[in-house]
Amino acid sequence: MQVNEKKPLIVAFCCNWCSYAGADLAGNNRLSYPADVKIIRVPCSCRVNPMFVLRAFQRGADGVILCGCHPGDCHYTSGNYYTRRRMAMLFSMLDYLGIEKERTRVEWVSAAEGAKFAATMNDFAQTVAALGENKRLEDLRCKR
Amino acid sequence: MHNSNKKLQQEIIRISGVNPKKCMRCGKCTATCPAFDEMEYHPHQFVAMVEDGDIEPLLKSESLYRCLTCFACVDRCPRNVEPAKLVEAVRLTVIRQKDANHLKADDIPAMLDEDIPQQALVSAFRKYAK
Amino acid sequence: MQRIGVFVCWCGSNIAGTVDVQAVSDALKNEPGVVFSANYQYMCSQAGQNLIKEAIAEHRLTGIVVCSCSPRMHEATFRKTAAAAGINPYMVEIANIREQCSWVHKDMLTGTEKAIILGKAAVAKVNLNTPLTPGESPVTKRALVIGGGIAGIQTALDIADAGFPVDIVETKPTIGGKMAQLDKTFPTLDCAACILTPKMVDVAQNENIRIFSYSEVTAVKGFVGNFDVTIKKKARYVNEDVCTGCGACVEKCPMKKVPNEFNLNMDNRTAIYIPFAQAVPKVATIDPMHCNMLKNGKCGVCSKVCAAGAIDYKQQDQYIEEKYGAIVVATGFNPISMDKFDEYAYNQSKDVITSLEFERLTNAAGPTAGKLLRPSDHKHPHTIVFVQCVGSRCSACAEKGKEYCSKICCMYTAKHAMLTRDKYPDTEVYVFYIDVRTPGKNFDEFYRRAVEEYGVHYIKGMVGKVSPEGDKLKVQASDLLNNKQLHIDADLVVLAAAIEPDKSARPLATMLTASMDTNDFFTEAHPKLRPVESPTAGVFLSGACQGPKDIPETVSQASAAASKVISLLVKDKLTGNPCVASSDELMCNGCSSCERVCPYGAITYVDKEFRMPNRTIAIRRVAQVNPAVCQGCGACTVACPSGAMDLKGFANNQIVAEVDAICK
Repeated sequence: MQVNEKKPLIVAFCCNWCSYAGADLAGNNRLSYPADVKIIRVPCSCRVNPMFVLRAFQRGADGVILCGCHPGDCHYTSGNYYTRRRMAMLFSMLDYLGIEKERTRVEWVSAAEGAKFAATMNDFAQTVAALGENKRLEDLRCKR
Repeated sequence: MHNSNKKLQQEIIRISGVNPKKCMRCGKCTATCPAFDEMEYHPHQFVAMVEDGDIEPLLKSESLYRCLTCFACVDRCPRNVEPAKLVEAVRLTVIRQKDANHLKADDIPAMLDEDIPQQALVSAFRKYAK
Repeated sequence: MQRIGVFVCWCGSNIAGTVDVQAVSDALKNEPGVVFSANYQYMCSQAGQNLIKEAIAEHRLTGIVVCSCSPRMHEATFRKTAAAAGINPYMVEIANIREQCSWVHKDMLTGTEKAIILGKAAVAKVNLNTPLTPGESPVTKRALVIGGGIAGIQTALDIADAGFPVDIVETKPTIGGKMAQLDKTFPTLDCAACILTPKMVDVAQNENIRIFSYSEVTAVKGFVGNFDVTIKKKARYVNEDVCTGCGACVEKCPMKKVPNEFNLNMDNRTAIYIPFAQAVPKVATIDPMHCNMLKNGKCGVCSKVCAAGAIDYKQQDQYIEEKYGAIVVATGFNPISMDKFDEYAYNQSKDVITSLEFERLTNAAGPTAGKLLRPSDHKHPHTIVFVQCVGSRCSACAEKGKEYCSKICCMYTAKHAMLTRDKYPDTEVYVFYIDVRTPGKNFDEFYRRAVEEYGVHYIKGMVGKVSPEGDKLKVQASDLLNNKQLHIDADLVVLAAAIEPDKSARPLATMLTASMDTNDFFTEAHPKLRPVESPTAGVFLSGACQGPKDIPETVSQASAAASKVISLLVKDKLTGNPCVASSDELMCNGCSSCERVCPYGAITYVDKEFRMPNRTIAIRRVAQVNPAVCQGCGACTVACPSGAMDLKGFANNQIVAEVDAICK
């Protein structure tokens, strides 16, 4: 495979109550977004341990996006606020380590926002593709 | 015409730091105003007219100099709109349009109204009252 | 090692149209742990489910991966299938290859490629799945209602009607709340006492209802179905079981100058008192602040005149512990203090009153026996000015007042104005309004009637200043529509004070771990779809403690809360969500990080003994999760610095395995 043809790999963590349902709605409405986006379901965006994000980058992901309920709408009342704070910390640290801020994102997508989900994923995939392959945190020992 | 109003409006909002959109049209400022009878445009009208960009009539109005800056409207406004600051900003705009940042001493006697106290006096009372 | 079966669904052409299902099932066959892989037209159909059941039996499967539609659609279906075939339902994982793959990608190649990756992630997760059993907890079939106003009364009556015992805890000596103080109710103008007091009697006579009056909740422990509540019964110095409510003590009590809070201090009561004639329970209470006997041991008149011998000066506060399955909060509201509104001269003149005081002035059982008289000189007022939105709809940064609309003021002001004009046609009535808000059945008609039939002067504008001069109140106000300033010589000024949640609500919310908004109103579990439930399981909301409400709305919400309580109490056991957090006690370092982030108060710390080397024992502080309270959000798992906390069903290693499978 040629280098310039390599597709970006994007991991999306979606909370079960809003964003995963939003992703389902995008599917129901047949709103396409790049196949590079792979969704992992978590009960709440606050379930996402910074370790998972690091692991994804370590294993060769080019971008990681977290989707949760809008502030104030969290199924668990306050989970997305924790996410916002934790990820603000993590992303600035990652930026310091050489993983550009554009490769990471937290986005609020409600269960009714299928169109927003698709638009967000299109935009994010484009941004990440423009940045090219992420090499900084990739653990070469894990590479096959 | 419309453009210049927009510019003036922005300028007045900038100088005063007042957001006229916060006004809910309750009229408490006007109800409170001790200089009501002397004024052509009343405090709530100042707010509404600045919000609409209808600045020209305000600039020409004598009402500007009837406001005593007692700040009763600022104190009572339930939405923290602060109409008196808006009036002050319009006054300043008039002065700036005359290419000077102060009134000429010779002009002042003509503006004085013998029936109402001078602004400076009221301001001093307000400042040293507390 | 798991024995995993993979089942790929075509969903007709929904999936098979863009995903090569045969390729997917072939590719997943070689994944670690997979011993069987198949594809079928409709997995969710009876035939498809049978295919799964047969495969489970034939290949002795321990885990299932279904590549199909969204788990939000059919996860429950396939879990039931697995359970029917004898394996734990939580050993099933769904790879969403329809909504998140075939429907969003047009190209067969990319679709198939992504479906395989999603399938691999699901297989990786199932490899680490463990069988989960939902916890069960018993339900105490008794409900607690905190607050005995119309909200609490209605909730208690409805729950009791369904056959469950209910306790009402009320801080005042009688139930009835604010509604008992009202005169008439809008928009039908029936008298509040006539419709409320029969309900109070119903409460008193209902065998399922106990009333703890003059009491408060001091501690709440436990969780949904199993609350342990401590109720403090304040000493009222009268034996409730013996007192007949005859009132002889009240008549003879020499301390007659105690401000009567039921009439908002507009008249006096005695030190031993019954708040009003129809009080429930109709039992006297001694006010220890004013009783001579309790203050300095000199008096004892009430004890002498009490034929029943109910007076007990030695009575102490009593603490009652009781178990409850559900708790309903009905703490209600109060008008805000007018102290900060100097411009209305509330503290300077007795003739500037709040609307609740006006209710008492027009109430036949009030301080003036229903005659509208000025509090200062007991003369009939001829000009009355009503001011709306006093303290409501203020800016958030304003020092005084509340940001919200108090909702009930427009209607009660219209009621007061109308009733005044009806009873005293010689009175001029002015109402100053910002907006008249009358959404509600027959509400706007009511307001228009006040204007059109009763000739109330509604003026768009606000009162800027009220200054007492002689026996008049000089009112300076704006009339915005005519661009005029009005000067009215009024005899009485009535302020429609904003309402705020009762002060007891905030500490109560802390005890219940129920959440509140910035205004101290209780938050609902969902603002539209779960309006009477608190996000804390087993705690329900009734009446104005959740937001400003009028009586019809309060009553319907009270009944709604009751129905939610009943549907909880009819259950013998509560089945929990097995996907809850659990702490590895050996790894826990007792730092309390998890306890602080838990929105439900599900985590507690206990001191536990651990065996250490050389037969020593160490006591360490470790976290314990109550699975009945935990909702499984996972906030604690991330907060835990030692990695002791994990979430069942979404464990750290499972999610990492998914990440790895995707990033391969």
